[in-house]
Amino acid sequence: MLAAVALGGGAGAAGRYGLTLLWPAAGGGVPWSMVTVNAVGCGLIGVLMAVVGERPGTHRLARPFLGTGVLGGFTTFSAYAGAFEELSGAGRGAAAFSSLLITPLLSLAAVWLGWTVTRGILLRRRRPLPPAAAPGGPAAPAGSRDGAGP
Amino acid sequence: MNWLLVIAGGMAGAPLRYLTDRAVQARHDSPFPWGTLTANVAGSLGLGLLTGAVLAGAASQQLALLLGTGLCGALSTYSTFSYETLRLAQQGARLPAALNVLVSVVAALGAVLLGSALAGALWA
Repeated sequence: MLAAVALGGGAGAAGRYGLTLLWPAAGGGVPWSMVTVNAVGCGLIGVLMAVVGERPGTHRLARPFLGTGVLGGFTTFSAYAGAFEELSGAGRGAAAFSSLLITPLLSLAAVWLGWTVTRGILLRRRRPLPPAAAPGGPAAPAGSRDGAGP
Repeated sequence: MNWLLVIAGGMAGAPLRYLTDRAVQARHDSPFPWGTLTANVAGSLGLGLLTGAVLAGAASQQLALLLGTGLCGALSTYSTFSYETLRLAQQGARLPAALNVLVSVVAALGAVLLGSALAGALWA
């Protein structure tokens, strides 16, 4: 269990480091690579937790390896807090507060979206739609995300 | 070499967060995610100390990659924080969910500032 978390954490941290090398923060601006890392990681944990919750057959190490390890190591709270300190210390108040607000807003929206969409898809797959009640065409198109049934 | 430092730090930080979370969550029975909050505050304090030490010339860039990007980066987490906030909100605990966001942000900021002030006092 701990080994799975450690391996995942190393991979996640490397992914985050790689992204900041490819996309370095512009001096004095909002560190978009940090914002993106956190928002993407939050969207993916929403997907993962919906899969783990709706599919009991998921491998027992999926959550510690992918969730606690990879995504936990990929996303970071310290760099988020550190960015505020760095930017505000450099007199870049607007960028500091933008980063402070945008990161949690995007991340919380992403985890909600990832969880909701994935769970909707899994529930739809598990329970085929009942025959359309109303005549005159299908009640819900196949790609629709809502109307997943009771 | 830099990659190895980040990976080694991450391989230590993530299990440290897992163990911190387990130890903290075993000590109370509220649904509030104190464990993740503790890991995030600890990671932020560590990062503040480290950036302060780098600024003062007391720590190298390599140490910053190992302990800052790797260890503190993986000890702290945004994904678990946001998922736990979502769970609280879904369970109807809207106030605790909002408080988790507010307390996490304020405490982590305070920890970074404290860490860098401490580093300044120690090494500057």
